[in-house]
Amino acid sequence: MATEIAIISGKGGTGKTTFSAAFAALAETIVIADCDVDAPDMHILLQPDVKQTLEFQSSKVATIDKDLCTECGICSENCRFGAAHAPEINAIACEGCGVCAYLCPEKAITMKDRVSGILHSSETRFGPMSHAKLLPGEGNSGKLVTDVRRQAQEVAKERGIDRILIDGSPGIGCPVIATVTGISLGVIVTEPTMSGIHDMNRVAELLGRFRVPAAVIVNKYDLNLENTEKIRKYCDENGLLLLGNVPFDSSMTKSMVAAKTYPEYAPNHEITDLMRIMWSRIGDIL
Amino acid sequence: MIITVASGKGGTGKTTVAVNMALSIGHVNLLDCDVEEPNVHTLLKAGVVRTKEVLLPTPVVDQEACTLCGKCGEFCEFNAIFVGKKKVVVYPEICHSCGGCKLVCPERAIEEVGRVIGKIHQTDVQSIHLVYGELKIGEPLATPIIKAVKKALSPEGINILDAPPGTACPVIETMEESDFLVLVTEPTPFGLHDLAMAVDVVKQLGIPHGVIVNRAGIGDSSVQEYCNENEIPILMEIPFDREIAELYSRGIPFVERMPEWRTQFLGLFESIKGLMNDGN
Repeated sequence: MATEIAIISGKGGTGKTTFSAAFAALAETIVIADCDVDAPDMHILLQPDVKQTLEFQSSKVATIDKDLCTECGICSENCRFGAAHAPEINAIACEGCGVCAYLCPEKAITMKDRVSGILHSSETRFGPMSHAKLLPGEGNSGKLVTDVRRQAQEVAKERGIDRILIDGSPGIGCPVIATVTGISLGVIVTEPTMSGIHDMNRVAELLGRFRVPAAVIVNKYDLNLENTEKIRKYCDENGLLLLGNVPFDSSMTKSMVAAKTYPEYAPNHEITDLMRIMWSRIGDIL
Repeated sequence: MIITVASGKGGTGKTTVAVNMALSIGHVNLLDCDVEEPNVHTLLKAGVVRTKEVLLPTPVVDQEACTLCGKCGEFCEFNAIFVGKKKVVVYPEICHSCGGCKLVCPERAIEEVGRVIGKIHQTDVQSIHLVYGELKIGEPLATPIIKAVKKALSPEGINILDAPPGTACPVIETMEESDFLVLVTEPTPFGLHDLAMAVDVVKQLGIPHGVIVNRAGIGDSSVQEYCNENEIPILMEIPFDREIAELYSRGIPFVERMPEWRTQFLGLFESIKGLMNDGN
């Protein structure tokens, strides 16, 4: 199995994708996996050439045959998700459990497969990429994340690549748990704000719970030096490796607007040097 | 009235907008529905907090009554219950609490017991009633906590909801029943991409909406162009301002130090009410 490194954050918008794409550009050989299946953005910077697309089916949805339905109300009473309103089903709220179909005395309800997303296998200028898109309103993001990781592992095996770089999603719920289970290193990108620290603590605790070693990058560290110091202390006290502090610089946004990874946009900038040092330290840990 | 602040992309300023709008209007219910990473309480200095646990009914099998017939395992769409050769094993974290296993058990060997998956906190800050949920670390399902937060909606009052990022099930759960959606974005390719995604969902739900461009000036004008083309009103632009960013980093809502913005947020509230009436 190839070693997996995931870039996560707890709080959204701290720079996960910017750093993931930068590391992809700096890595020698790598498979890239975008596990933010809800709001994937990595493709904007990496412009993948999609080689294969598969439908992702993992759940079911109830449908009512209106001709058979007598509107007795048993389905509505027993649906725990507020989805059954005979003779209609709210497909967005339906979790596909099948309770309504089981209980319907008229056998008017059938469970049908639903497509919850699509899974892509692609090539980029930095190596193969596994990515996906969950359809709006769908659940089961954890299963789709697992599929993205499985596909990345398959490609890595085929090509003899020993490292996979994962761009994760914000939060600590279902997709994040599916992203970090069994990985070798979780890199938390945070910012020196009250909410950045709060969310970093929660996601660091999650990594601890799954016995995943954690490292931290403080983005825009100069926005609040006092909070940056708090983060350093937290890392010291909790055994997290502080990979580096990156200053606020408008060139970060400009690289995104140019749809380039940061090292491509500003190869001689000090931030690119910092990124190179951080990437090599990640290599040392593994 | 329910106004929900959402975005596709994380970190665009949802919480900033929700909190500053709530402080400017006053006497509102502020519900933080980003239960994975709630942040509203880091910006509002909460008083006494009342906390309640959120329980999710989870199956417990009476192994003596169980005949290992396998019906529960077969029924469970989530693979949360496994019937082995000697006993039945339940995986509570992946259980969706549909109640199906209990229904199909011919021996009535399954009971449901409440399992703590998170907490709901309530407090009062100035004239704001703040409710926020907190998913227990290691638990995957945010939706039941969001449902519990939304029980605090006040039908007669003004409710402002802070949504989680993305467009998956927790976001839809938050958005449903809203009278108006404020979509906060930033003028960058990521911001635009995720805004377009959120707009698709909002259109499906058929809820009136408008956009706030945060950190205006940092990127390009593609968000504005997108809004013009799609006839989505831009309700407000908050410029990128180091002072606003620094106040946020210290956990201070910027209307408290830059009172001229209160007028802007009150204006925003008036525009929202206007657009809601147009929609009816």
